[in-house]
Amino acid sequence: MVDFILGHYAYWFTLALLVIGLYGMMMKKNLVKKLIGMTIFQVSIIIFFIASSVKWGATVPILDHGDIEKVHLGMTSAIETAKYINPLPHTLMLTAIVVGVATTGVAFGLVIMIYKRYKTLNETELLMRMKKEDDSDSNQ
Amino acid sequence: MTAILTNNSPVLIPLLFLTFGMIIPLVAWKRNNLAWPALMLASLASVAIGVFNVFKVINKGPVHYYLGNWVPPIGIEYVLDHLAAFVMLVINSVAFLVLIHAWKIVPRELPEKEPAYYAAISLMMAGFNGIVITGDLFNLYVFLEISSLSLYGLIAIGEKKSPVAAFRYLIMGTIAASFYLLGVGFIYITTGSLNMADVKAILPSIMDQPTALMALALMVLGMGIKMALFPLHGWLPDAYTYAPSTSSAIIAPTGTKVAAYALLRVLFFVFGVSFVTKTIPMATVLTWLAAIGIIYGSIMAIAQKELKRMLAYSSVAQVGYIGLGIGLANPLALVGAVLHVLNHAFMKACLFLVAGNFRFKLGHSNIFKLNHSIRKKMPWTMAAFTVAALSMVGLPPMAGFFSKWYLALGTLKDSNWHFLVVILISSLLNAVYFFRIIEKVYMKPINSNPAEKEMSVEPTRDEVASSMLIPTLILAAGLIVVGLLNAFIVKGILNFIIPAGM
Amino acid sequence: MIQKDTNPIVSLVSRVVSPFIMLYALYVIFHGHYSPGGGFQGGTMLAAAVLLVRLSAGTELAQLQFKKVWGTLLGSIGVLVYFGTGFTAMLLGGNFLHYETLPLSSDPAVARGWGILLVEIGVGIAVMGILVAIYDDLLEGEPL
Repeated sequence: MVDFILGHYAYWFTLALLVIGLYGMMMKKNLVKKLIGMTIFQVSIIIFFIASSVKWGATVPILDHGDIEKVHLGMTSAIETAKYINPLPHTLMLTAIVVGVATTGVAFGLVIMIYKRYKTLNETELLMRMKKEDDSDSNQ
Repeated sequence: MTAILTNNSPVLIPLLFLTFGMIIPLVAWKRNNLAWPALMLASLASVAIGVFNVFKVINKGPVHYYLGNWVPPIGIEYVLDHLAAFVMLVINSVAFLVLIHAWKIVPRELPEKEPAYYAAISLMMAGFNGIVITGDLFNLYVFLEISSLSLYGLIAIGEKKSPVAAFRYLIMGTIAASFYLLGVGFIYITTGSLNMADVKAILPSIMDQPTALMALALMVLGMGIKMALFPLHGWLPDAYTYAPSTSSAIIAPTGTKVAAYALLRVLFFVFGVSFVTKTIPMATVLTWLAAIGIIYGSIMAIAQKELKRMLAYSSVAQVGYIGLGIGLANPLALVGAVLHVLNHAFMKACLFLVAGNFRFKLGHSNIFKLNHSIRKKMPWTMAAFTVAALSMVGLPPMAGFFSKWYLALGTLKDSNWHFLVVILISSLLNAVYFFRIIEKVYMKPINSNPAEKEMSVEPTRDEVASSMLIPTLILAAGLIVVGLLNAFIVKGILNFIIPAGM
Repeated sequence: MIQKDTNPIVSLVSRVVSPFIMLYALYVIFHGHYSPGGGFQGGTMLAAAVLLVRLSAGTELAQLQFKKVWGTLLGSIGVLVYFGTGFTAMLLGGNFLHYETLPLSSDPAVARGWGILLVEIGVGIAVMGILVAIYDDLLEGEPL
């Protein structure tokens, strides 16, 4: 039991961040707080990927020029992969971070458009003003 | 030169749209009306390459293309098989016809914003084409996000409530893509590969771990939100209603279909048919959700006052048909679902273009304000609307009948009588909400009200311009042509898309 | 952000530090294949160097360093540099982004290294342009 909880602490952390992000998106009334919840949600998935790439006793996956020369000359055998952590999830998460930045940019553009049109960022107030606009439109 | 074009043809269409998405703001820097010709050039080229791809696949079989010449599973590969070539041709040709229609209506609805609008459309088409052709799970996520971000921008540009609708869609779409990414993460951790064919080969050895089940559930959830499967369709009615006319006309036929295509790929070409039907009854869950969605969409569509909102709920029902065909997991139902992708793209594009014509001439598209004078003022538009409506109901020889026929045959194969009843009832409900518009416009004689007789004049012909009328008519005529030629389509292409094990 | 009296320390330090941030960002871009870094990271730091001056001196004065119209322009040009490399590789006979066919070196591995560098430079320019353009767009109607 202790091993189940303490051995997988990275995944518990990811789960906690995911739930916090979902709570922020659903329960908070301010639009900017919803966006912050969405960012936390995306970050939790990034942390999940990166936590899966770590190995026991491994170092940074950067090959020295000396090592590459030795392999080319045949002095040592191929590079042992167990000494270096897996670099592929890191590159995938670079793309995911860029996607997160772009989504945040678009979302803030939308928030500014909503504020310019309705002068509020609170969701209940926003729905009331939209309903008023609807009623005045159908009365025309 | 031609050798370069033919050897690299799988990758050319997404690249073309991505490049033009960057060139259009540069070209239209000083003069705004250079943006539309640039986009039409890219769209025409994409239709030509799409036709070439279809013939190449029919003659030579599936084509594998390696980016950067890195052999999979190390590299990213693009797989051009029959299903991919078919769906690519459908979305590119529908986009081309809708963009011809956009020439007149975009300057009226969105003045001064044309370069940004057309650049966003180009990026969205790049994303859709990329999703269709890729053979790598993470590459699908990248193209999914490219197309989604452009979609949020295209919806938010419209009037009044569109930013709120786009914001709601943004939150739900980001959750969907993140769930899909988490599913890809689970698959990568257990199998060690991201290539679709490679994962299919490795997956049977890890089938009994709970990771595979969670990956399948997360990916279906993510794609289900994007596809607007019931009950995950909440973003769709607002998004389609408040977007500008061209946006709805280009998103509605293509957006949800591409997500349904991705669901098909993940269910049958990555996880395998037997895992999805026998080990875990995911396909059965899919069919029940799709069936409830069909009935729900049709009933909600009857209750709407505005034409575009009615068409949005009708889209929820039609996507239910495709989900039902995918979930039934037998060859006839799958052929019916993919044929319905083609038919629904044509039908919905025609109907949304008609709604755009109404907004251009009458200023609104409210159903209760349509009256009998429209059949004199806009006869060709109403003719196109009638053809598309009859096809949605499912009358032969229009195209809609044949896809429902194949779906019905698919439900009969395992004696799923309840789904056959669902298809028939929904066809009747479709008839209700389309025929009330046809009755309003056609069935009342002009000047039947005696009080109007003295002061009314004969309504004159006030049809929209021909650049807006011709795509509508081509789409409507295309419905009849596709209906008559559907045997060729099924025998030529769709018979080859059945995955192994079905 | 209407500043009635600008703090001289903030103004001087940001003006002096900004070129050094750009230099470090160029270092990060060029060493992407050998140490942590690459196109996106370097591009973000370039954008940070530009935004620092915009925040401390006000948008109007900062136009002297980086005009507003260059944001979208650099974004398009950066992506076109990326695709130009890929298309050139395609035109010279290989697949898309097949850097070996580019005439940059005789050893295939070194040619691939130089090809990736070209692509990273394109990405860096594009990211800088777009991030500055996002900042300028969000502040469009605000005074100063």
